[in-house]
Amino acid sequence: MNGFIDIVMLVLIVSNLLLLGFSQLKSCIRALACQGIALGTLPLLAHQNGVTVWAVVLSVVTIGLKGVAFPRLLIGALQEADVRREVEPYVGYTASILAGFIWLAVSAWLSSRLPLFGGSLSSLTAPVSFFMVFVGLFIIVSRKKAISQILGYLVMENGMYVFGVVMLREMPLLVDLGVLLDAFAAVFVMGVAVYHINREFDHMDVDQLDMLKG
Amino acid sequence: MTTILPIVNFVLALFLAPVLLGVINKTKAFFAGRKGQPILQAYYDVWKLLHKSAVYSTTTTWVFRAGPIVGLACVILAAAIVPFGGARGLLAFPCDLILLAYLFGVMRFFTVVAALDTGSSFEGMGASREVQFSALAEPALLLGLAAIVRLTGQYSLSDMFPSLSLATYVNFSPVVVLIAAAFLIVFLAENARIPVDDPNTHLELTMIHEVMVLDHSGPDFGFILYGAALKLWVLGSLLINIAVPIRTGNNVLDIAAAVVAILCLAVLVGVIESSMARLRLVRVPRLLVGAVVLSGLAFVLLLR
Repeated sequence: MNGFIDIVMLVLIVSNLLLLGFSQLKSCIRALACQGIALGTLPLLAHQNGVTVWAVVLSVVTIGLKGVAFPRLLIGALQEADVRREVEPYVGYTASILAGFIWLAVSAWLSSRLPLFGGSLSSLTAPVSFFMVFVGLFIIVSRKKAISQILGYLVMENGMYVFGVVMLREMPLLVDLGVLLDAFAAVFVMGVAVYHINREFDHMDVDQLDMLKG
Repeated sequence: MTTILPIVNFVLALFLAPVLLGVINKTKAFFAGRKGQPILQAYYDVWKLLHKSAVYSTTTTWVFRAGPIVGLACVILAAAIVPFGGARGLLAFPCDLILLAYLFGVMRFFTVVAALDTGSSFEGMGASREVQFSALAEPALLLGLAAIVRLTGQYSLSDMFPSLSLATYVNFSPVVVLIAAAFLIVFLAENARIPVDDPNTHLELTMIHEVMVLDHSGPDFGFILYGAALKLWVLGSLLINIAVPIRTGNNVLDIAAAVVAILCLAVLVGVIESSMARLRLVRVPRLLVGAVVLSGLAFVLLLR
């Protein structure tokens, strides 16, 4: 096991479990911000032969977007929408945490079956990135509020980021930055959409949107 | 020298355990700006209670009288199993970790049965909560111990902790951190400390452990008080065994360092109790499931 990267992976796992267990939307967003900051340190840790300028740029942009900008946007959307601050899940909190544990076991099994190329820095990277994608999907399907769907989407995106930064270290910086920009645009659009949904229907429960089918 | 160490370990546990309660109370008093009760207050309390006579309700049977005695016997036995600061447990044998978990189970069972025997619905409520929460705390303890077994390949508590070398701590730091975090939650839950239960409240609808022992009096209550202090010591030494790697090589220094560590743990408990409120009752299971998941996580990380 590789010291610092393992600790970052641990922070990612625990922040995902917190995300599943928290009942307040605001705490969920804070957990996501911690996750973003932990992600931002990865480019610095993944480069073993000296820290390059690009790594620093990538890490600063990541922390700025995922650790500061997204949480601010989401908290702003939450306050604009002025909804109840509870997550209101279909699956209870305790059951969600247990489900998260099962997802972790599944992704550990899955990544042990995959032939992964290259010398990976940490044996935890592949399971954690699968785990985050699963948890993101789980949050999207198991929560009612539209904001939770954005959180789920971001967790999934973070999972792919982990995979990209640590497993494929040679990925060009431009690709990374492009992906980050896409995510930023997506969160921005979704924040606006949530606001409009809320203003139009006085709630943002996605399970009631199917009434629109008429 | 090595034969005398387990006895020293056992005697230390028996004599120093009530100090932990005193240290916790002193820390809380310090945070509240009070002078606080003396550090040795728990000894005075036990001594006073032992000189009183017990009052038994006419509705109770021998089960009620057996509760405190069996509880104390179980926890003394547990104190003889757990290693402390490099000293082996007095009764160490392979797979004693299972016995440790079930000694706490027996202790809890008799406390609960004695509480139910009084026929008070209030005590029944506390008993129900105690059983619910400990059912969640026990898997966390066992999974954490299983992870340590996996890490070291040793099946006895007294063998597994010394074989955690410093290299293990460096190489498997996430696993050790996860197990220590899970054990801290189990430690607080099993000893009815603050995020789960408040030991200071009485006659309040959210209390758990205190409500079950309301009807015990005199020497019986003294046994319960002393048993609680000893349980704090036993689970605390389990926690510091994993969280504080003390490897000086000198037996006396090791034990002295472990005593300091466990007193620091008591201070930590005092700080937690002063700075946190008790969790809402519906949230306690979530915390304990969190502990189970942390232990399970450590185990899964080691399986690969």
